[in-house]
Amino acid sequence: MSDHEYTPKSKFGKWFNDRLPLLTLANHLTDYPTPKNLNYWWTFGGILTFCLITQIVTGLVLAMHYIAHADMAFDSVEHIMRDVNYGWLIRYIHANGASMFFLAVYIHIFRSLFYGSYKAPREIIWIIGIIIYLLMMAAAFLGYVLPWGQMSFWGATVITNLFSAIPLVGEGIVTWLWGGYSVDNPTLTRFFTLHYLIPFLILGLVVLHIWALHVPGNNNPVGIDIKKPSKDTVPFHPYIVIKDGFALLMFMIVFAFFVFYTPNILGHADNYIEANPLVTPAHIVPEWYLLPFYAILRSVPDKLLGVVAMLSAILILAALPWLDTSKIRSAVFRPLYRQFYWILVADVLILGYVGAMPAEGLYLLVARVATAYYFLHFLVILPVLGWKEKTLPIPLSITEPILGGSPNLATAKNKESLNK
Amino acid sequence: MKNFFKIFSFIILFSGLSLSTQAAEKVEYLKTDWSFKGLFGKFDRAALQRGYQVYTEVCSSCHSMKYLSYRNLAEKGGPEFSIEQAKAIAASFEVKDGPNSDGDMFTRPGRLSDKFVMPYDNVQAAQAANGGAYPPDMSVLVKARGGGVDYIYSLLQGYEDPPAGVILDDGVYYNKYMYGNKIKMANQLSDGLVEYSDGTIASVEQMSKDVTTFLMWSAEPHLESRHQMGFKAIVYLIILTILVYFSMKRIWSRIETEV
Amino acid sequence: MSEKKTNRRDFLFTATYAVGAVGVGATIWPMIDQMNPDASVKALASTEVDVSAVNPGKTITVLWRGKPVFIRRRTQDEIAEARSVKLEDLKHPEKDEDRAANPEWLVMLGVCTHLGCVPLDQKGEYNGWFCPCHGSHYDISGRIRKGPAPTNMEIPKYEFVNANTIKIG
Repeated sequence: MSDHEYTPKSKFGKWFNDRLPLLTLANHLTDYPTPKNLNYWWTFGGILTFCLITQIVTGLVLAMHYIAHADMAFDSVEHIMRDVNYGWLIRYIHANGASMFFLAVYIHIFRSLFYGSYKAPREIIWIIGIIIYLLMMAAAFLGYVLPWGQMSFWGATVITNLFSAIPLVGEGIVTWLWGGYSVDNPTLTRFFTLHYLIPFLILGLVVLHIWALHVPGNNNPVGIDIKKPSKDTVPFHPYIVIKDGFALLMFMIVFAFFVFYTPNILGHADNYIEANPLVTPAHIVPEWYLLPFYAILRSVPDKLLGVVAMLSAILILAALPWLDTSKIRSAVFRPLYRQFYWILVADVLILGYVGAMPAEGLYLLVARVATAYYFLHFLVILPVLGWKEKTLPIPLSITEPILGGSPNLATAKNKESLNK
Repeated sequence: MKNFFKIFSFIILFSGLSLSTQAAEKVEYLKTDWSFKGLFGKFDRAALQRGYQVYTEVCSSCHSMKYLSYRNLAEKGGPEFSIEQAKAIAASFEVKDGPNSDGDMFTRPGRLSDKFVMPYDNVQAAQAANGGAYPPDMSVLVKARGGGVDYIYSLLQGYEDPPAGVILDDGVYYNKYMYGNKIKMANQLSDGLVEYSDGTIASVEQMSKDVTTFLMWSAEPHLESRHQMGFKAIVYLIILTILVYFSMKRIWSRIETEV
Repeated sequence: MSEKKTNRRDFLFTATYAVGAVGVGATIWPMIDQMNPDASVKALASTEVDVSAVNPGKTITVLWRGKPVFIRRRTQDEIAEARSVKLEDLKHPEKDEDRAANPEWLVMLGVCTHLGCVPLDQKGEYNGWFCPCHGSHYDISGRIRKGPAPTNMEIPKYEFVNANTIKIG
């Protein structure tokens, strides 16, 4: 993995490192050669690590006070909010942290789409990422059930009922998931167990994700392979650490604003009403980060096909490295792809918007068109583009677009902004 | 850096979008100045104390507040009754306790540690006494309604005669702010219904505002410390961000790359 | 690079580290403090006990803050015995008068000061309490006389609300 053999200086360090090469690992991580032209879209990997750790730490703390029982869950959450020292703070960080986590992961995914980071030799990193994303959605859904409010209960009912779309065994699976004939206490306790488990699976996958990243090294805005270490790279520490740190702090300011000033804005009022199996809320809406998929689900009039469409929308991403046939990674040098990229971004935002609206009339029509376009983008546009598109000439090294062989930094800067 | 502000503005834009979709179904609620809104928002103590009075004298005969304890009335950031006042308030309620050593339940005067006494023993009893409609627990009511404080404030003043063509069943009333306009709670407030000890005139508007303020506090008892801590946290983060920014510039100045 | 410049850079980095460390500390504190007793636990600090049914020579045990409290109505002989012990014979010298203001009633936390077990009533070499876990012997005033426990059993804060009711805490 490392490009040079590392030998600890101290005798004890050497003795320890021969038996467990932790110091070699630490040295690899600090010296890790990173392209020096990474822009701020690349800081979201670090931000996501922060989000995961924040969710795990606050989650552990909440689990010390939360009671996973249908009769007591709602009360125990109120107990956390009122009586536990700083309980309100910890719960609001955890609840808003989920939203911030998804915000960051979407930026991370769309960065990868723009710069072609999923392409060879980074397919495995990408697929691990998709698995992490799926697990995140599972964890978020399970976690949303735990406060046992109205949205928790009915969200759980609706989502678990998706499985009833499976022919023959569907009903059996739903009963098995519930541990009864409706969402009830057995469902809550198993959801709590799984909600506790999944973050640690994610943590393990994150280690693999980073490991797989460190084999070929980072992609970069220019999207060309670089030699490492070379004049094109900087050591991860301190250059990237401080830059990630700066971006993380800006992210934390937004995060803090949500936690301290509008902590409930991303949630739903109905979830402050205790679960009631007799009354369904007027509008069942998932959390914002699941809305695009919710829109896809509802845009298909058939129960089974709706579920299939929704799952395919996520799973199709895993095939992306092979659907995108272009040899050029970065959209900077793909003028046509760049336009389709922004159409896709708009398409997903539209899906998110109609997902929050009632499934009727114009909204339903828009949702259907947007769903169709979503699949069109991946299944038709991408493969054809790679074949048809006339790409721009790519530079030989990343120093070229930055300095452009010019001694004058100002002209170099101009060139850089032209490239964006 | 330019790129960075692009990202930052994107995040702000996203936040704005998420806020606007939340406010989709818009109803024009009555507006009033809430002292607890804004970066430094605090509760108006006198309004909280009056609001507690309205709750106790008017609402509490049907609506429970099961997550509140009498001790909360004396806690910082709340109505801030003195400990003695809160003890006296608690003692004015009969609390069911037990079983004692003979196995019997008994009543005793309330203590600070007791939860607010509930008007009904259970939901079924509450429904039976109110024509099948359960008067919701009020502890987190403000957070459980889309319009929040503005909705509650408006609802309390939103009773009017039904427009022509709207036929109401017995025990159903017309309220222009209620979802579907039909509500099973009759108009409870009328001018001068309670007598405020601080001399404030108990108009319907005043009482609505006071009791809504009280409900906001009961739903978010730590709102004041949240605002205070939030301000400190954000100021701190900005200072650290500036320091890290200059450190970053210094470190990256070692190589010829813009950051 | 001039010396002045180096100093300024050092100051910038030191300041960044220092401010950062303050933030980390301030973030960790809520995660620690959340394990301290919460507001509802603190509010349950006192309990009232009706002792009218306790006869001389009997002990009742009541729960206070999750721990047993022994309330013993002592006989005249026991009081005499407790008050006659010389202070120099005691491992942890305390007068019985200080432990039981009303000599008839001994109210104490029924927790062995060694490792927290609950001692047995009217057992042991001193006719008081005996802890079965590691063999500590307490006298009829709850004072440690023999065994590994370092101090006498603790007297909680309590008062007689009336002749028949003790308020602990």
